[in-house]
Amino acid sequence: MRYAMAVDTRKCVGCSDCVVACQTENDVPHGFCREWVVEVMNGTYPQLEIEIRSERCNHCINAPCVRCCPTGASHFAEGGIVLLEHNKCIGCGACMASCPYDARYPHPSGYVDKCTFCIHSIKSGLAPACAAVCPTKCIYFGDLDDPNSNVSVVLKKRKSKTLIPEAGTKPQLYFLI
Amino acid sequence: MSDASPAVLIHPGRHVTWYGDDTQRIRAIAILNALLGSWGRRGGFYRPASHPLPSAKIPKYPEPKKTWTDAFPGKYPIASSPVSNAIIDASIPENKPGLLIKGWIINGTNLISSIPDQANTKKAIQNLDLIVTVDTMPMEITGWADVVLPECTYLERYDMVRASPYRKPAIALRMPAAEPKNNTRSGYNIARGLAVKLGLESYFPFEKQEELLDWQLKQSGSSLEEMQHIGVKTYEREADDLYFAENENVVFSTDSGKIELYSKYFEDAGYDPLPNYVAHEEPPEGFYRLIYGRAPMHTFGGTSNNPNLTDLMHENSVWVNPKISKEWGLSNGQYIWLKNQDGVISDFKIKVRITERIRWDSIYMVHGFGHGQKQLKRCFGKGASDTQLITKVLIDPLMGGTGMRSNFVTFVTEKTEKEVAS
Repeated sequence: MRYAMAVDTRKCVGCSDCVVACQTENDVPHGFCREWVVEVMNGTYPQLEIEIRSERCNHCINAPCVRCCPTGASHFAEGGIVLLEHNKCIGCGACMASCPYDARYPHPSGYVDKCTFCIHSIKSGLAPACAAVCPTKCIYFGDLDDPNSNVSVVLKKRKSKTLIPEAGTKPQLYFLI
Repeated sequence: MSDASPAVLIHPGRHVTWYGDDTQRIRAIAILNALLGSWGRRGGFYRPASHPLPSAKIPKYPEPKKTWTDAFPGKYPIASSPVSNAIIDASIPENKPGLLIKGWIINGTNLISSIPDQANTKKAIQNLDLIVTVDTMPMEITGWADVVLPECTYLERYDMVRASPYRKPAIALRMPAAEPKNNTRSGYNIARGLAVKLGLESYFPFEKQEELLDWQLKQSGSSLEEMQHIGVKTYEREADDLYFAENENVVFSTDSGKIELYSKYFEDAGYDPLPNYVAHEEPPEGFYRLIYGRAPMHTFGGTSNNPNLTDLMHENSVWVNPKISKEWGLSNGQYIWLKNQDGVISDFKIKVRITERIRWDSIYMVHGFGHGQKQLKRCFGKGASDTQLITKVLIDPLMGGTGMRSNFVTFVTEKTEKEVAS
């Protein structure tokens, strides 16, 4: 089992519906987010290129946040999902400093919080909130070990990239380009 | 494009009233599509289909003695619905309208923020005998109303079944996710409640909207119960195909039944039978064309106070091309005011966003910000209002659309005391 997500940058319009769905599903306080939308624009008017990405924790195979966590709060769960056990977290922020993707935020209650791929929903056979609400259906989620899963199929069919591959983290959040 | 025809299309876009010549501009686009052969062709425009929904049987409406067209006789020959700016003009006695309008019932539209030339709107309001607004929020317009009928939000009510034309006929149901709060009511309950008071109950034979919806849905092969489960129901096309068949005798809704590029109707009415190019006014030195639009997370000005959406975007910014920002010494994130060709300065400051995504002769801002209603706690005074800066309006003489891309603005980095006071 290897969970992964692929986001189609050619379909995403940056509406941020995923961000609100994630905040609502996971009780993320206003002013913080577990996921966010990035717009990258290159070129000079009128020759412009724009890429819109819905970003979140990359659930890396080689996750620096898990390695550097002094209490074991950050850990790998089923399918390689990087999780954080709030009760074990002392809020030291080492994981936040080590994450090349800036995917974690300090929750006002004193612990660090991040994307869980909505593991509670996956367990009941539902999609993560972001993927479930996306109006352009540009977020694919599933098991990479299953060659017929949505995410396996789309990654085989389309060209994709990961963010900051040079960090050697082996991210499992793919962007279709 | 001709190489790829008929699998091409020129999309007219959305919100197409720009320069007051929009009927002809949109016709020009339609003519190009016709010449490219893209109507009814794969890769071009498909033939939309909708699912018929029956209406409840109600008594015939009495024939009105006058209608909105009497307010501006002979104008806007192809207007299919009342022309909002013309209605506002017809509410001002000095304009000597064919019919002086004395009351407005405004349903879910914040006219102060959605209709340009605010001074004119406010002048019209001062001349009215009655304003009734139906709204979900304490918007600017509710402050001007004699009577406010508070409506619950779309998450707390049913609306009428949506049966818009798509690739396949489809119907969609909106249903409440929560009970209405603070003594608000759905639009249906407001309308029916008024009808009952006025002795017009027979026009609303169903006491509850659910009963009307269930009756309507059962007539067309579904039911409220089914729609509550599935939300959207699609049907197969029966009468025709998505695209025209090879030798199909397609009949268009024109006199000849064919595509007509040359409009006899327009010619007889004294308008250009074929679209003619008209040059638009260019911005004066130091001014830039004001282009406005929407952000994907907000719905016009109606959501700018929503806590979740404010979290995503709480103010608008003014997009400025790097060449222009360099000329003016503007920096990213700097707050400025905007001033238009008529000397109107925005009430509130707006953040500069330097980007290649806008031309050198234009600036862009998202519509729906710069609210001046204090009760809108999260968005009061956040960003600037494009509507406030649109004081020059170009009305299309044919369909009456309000052209609003006719205004030019310049940057004000410091407001003088006099300007702040006014």
